[in-house]
Amino acid sequence: MIEVQNISKSFNNVQVLKDINVHFEKGKTNLIIGQSGSGKTVLLKSIVGLHDVDVGKIFFDEVIFNELNFKDKKDMRKQIGMLFQGGALFDSATVEDNVIYPLDMFTEMTKAEKRDRANECLKRVNIINANTLYPAEISGGMQKRVAIARAIALNPKYLFCDEPNSGLDPQTAILIDDLIKELTIEYNMTTIVNTHDMNSVMEIGDKVVFIYKGEKWWEGTKHEIFETENNELNNFIFASKLSQEIRKLKNKT
Amino acid sequence: MGLFYHIGKYFLLLFRVFAKPEKLKIYYRETIKEIDKLGINSIGIVAIISIFMGAVITIQTAYNTENPIYPKYLIGLTARDTLLLEFSSTIVALILAGKIGSNIASEIGTMRVTEQIDALEIMGVNSASYLILPKIIASVIFTPFLCLMSMLIGIFGGWIAGVSTGVMTTQDYVYGIQYAFIPYYIVYALIKIAIFAFLITTISAYHGYYSYGGSLEVGKSSTKAVVHSSIFILLFNVILTQLLLS
Ligand SMILES: Nc1ncnc2c1ncn2[C@@H]1O[C@H](COP(=O)(O)OP(=O)(O)O)[C@@H](O)[C@H]1O
Ligand SMILES: [Mg+2]
Repeated sequence: MIEVQNISKSFNNVQVLKDINVHFEKGKTNLIIGQSGSGKTVLLKSIVGLHDVDVGKIFFDEVIFNELNFKDKKDMRKQIGMLFQGGALFDSATVEDNVIYPLDMFTEMTKAEKRDRANECLKRVNIINANTLYPAEISGGMQKRVAIARAIALNPKYLFCDEPNSGLDPQTAILIDDLIKELTIEYNMTTIVNTHDMNSVMEIGDKVVFIYKGEKWWEGTKHEIFETENNELNNFIFASKLSQEIRKLKNKT
Repeated sequence: MGLFYHIGKYFLLLFRVFAKPEKLKIYYRETIKEIDKLGINSIGIVAIISIFMGAVITIQTAYNTENPIYPKYLIGLTARDTLLLEFSSTIVALILAGKIGSNIASEIGTMRVTEQIDALEIMGVNSASYLILPKIIASVIFTPFLCLMSMLIGIFGGWIAGVSTGVMTTQDYVYGIQYAFIPYYIVYALIKIAIFAFLITTISAYHGYYSYGGSLEVGKSSTKAVVHSSIFILLFNVILTQLLLS
């Protein structure tokens, strides 16, 4: 469970997040949706502590994460996995070394143990025989999967994904979404996913939070979202011509 | 205002860089990598520039002292002192600012905009220390060797040029480079280049670390890294010369 209470965040006097309150559930894929520039990434990075919030509290279960001291925060980080928008794999390290990296940092495992664990994670995301390749040598979809393997290497309790399927073709995007969903159930994690993709909402949106211009505008489930009267949310959902046509037809019947 | 803001932020970054390292073994490994990348990789360019500069200084001195009232050993002496006092420290540092400064800024800047730095932070790594400290150690340790090498190669280049153009004999030159030799000049040069190396690495790392945006911004950071490193090298050259030679 992650709970965000009254958080606000500004950069150089421009307020990006405005008094956000939201509850994310354990064992579920919680989605944050909104237009590009609405503040999704800033919200996610504020929750994990990559940005310091101006005010507010962030609970990771019973712990107030943003008020921990440096050392306790660092201990908590072992339980956090994060998938960044571009994958953020380390260019100068091989696929295998990328996954070994958090093990190097946080555990006292032997070399062989680390390698075994890395291979287990890589296998879980269907990356086989790519251990010695560098990130630049594999496709975007593979990079995302390696990044997921790295994120789950330490058996995290919390998983954060920033636009996991941006830049991927629709089929690969669905594969990645499903993988995130499966892992969430397998590891019983609290997962938060940023996306602007309505396909993801329909595929994995256990809980959906809509951010509009830095404010929480709406929240609900993927079933409720299509019943909403909320104007801004409807504009977001039915942004494309195709979806507008479908909606018209549906309203007629 | 802008200047003080940056200086303050620069020192705050240094503060994080010199925080107690967590896993010494990893830092050691990274430092070795950086010595290779920043140091060994610069040997070629320093060697080429030194040999030509040594040659040019020798020939120019020779043509400016053609009058027989000047003793021939003056050529070797001038070449030696120019190399020791200024060329092998300051000029080499300026060249390194261009080479390793832009390399550091673009490497760290790219890691910033592709969120690799965030990925390190999320794993509880002090990214400032992990990325920057090995570079500082590597360059501060290795550049004095480059400086010494530049002195030797420069003097060698001067000899080749002087003898092959016939402006002096080997005996004149060897006598000249030993004449009134002050060993402290070498210490002075080594201290200078170590400090310049520190400036180049930290200033370039600063610009890379605080890049925000995309590849365009990384390019800008890299330009700023070279320009600011060069300015501070020139500034500190004056200060250090006054402190160390007066
Ligand atoms: N480090 C930063 N410094 C200044 N402004 C930022 C920073 N990060 C994000 N912003 C601004 O915050 C706003 C929200 O950005 P972001 O959270 O990235 O949006 P998105 O919903 O597309 O992920 C944007 O206007 C962006 O320019
Ligand atoms: Mg974003």
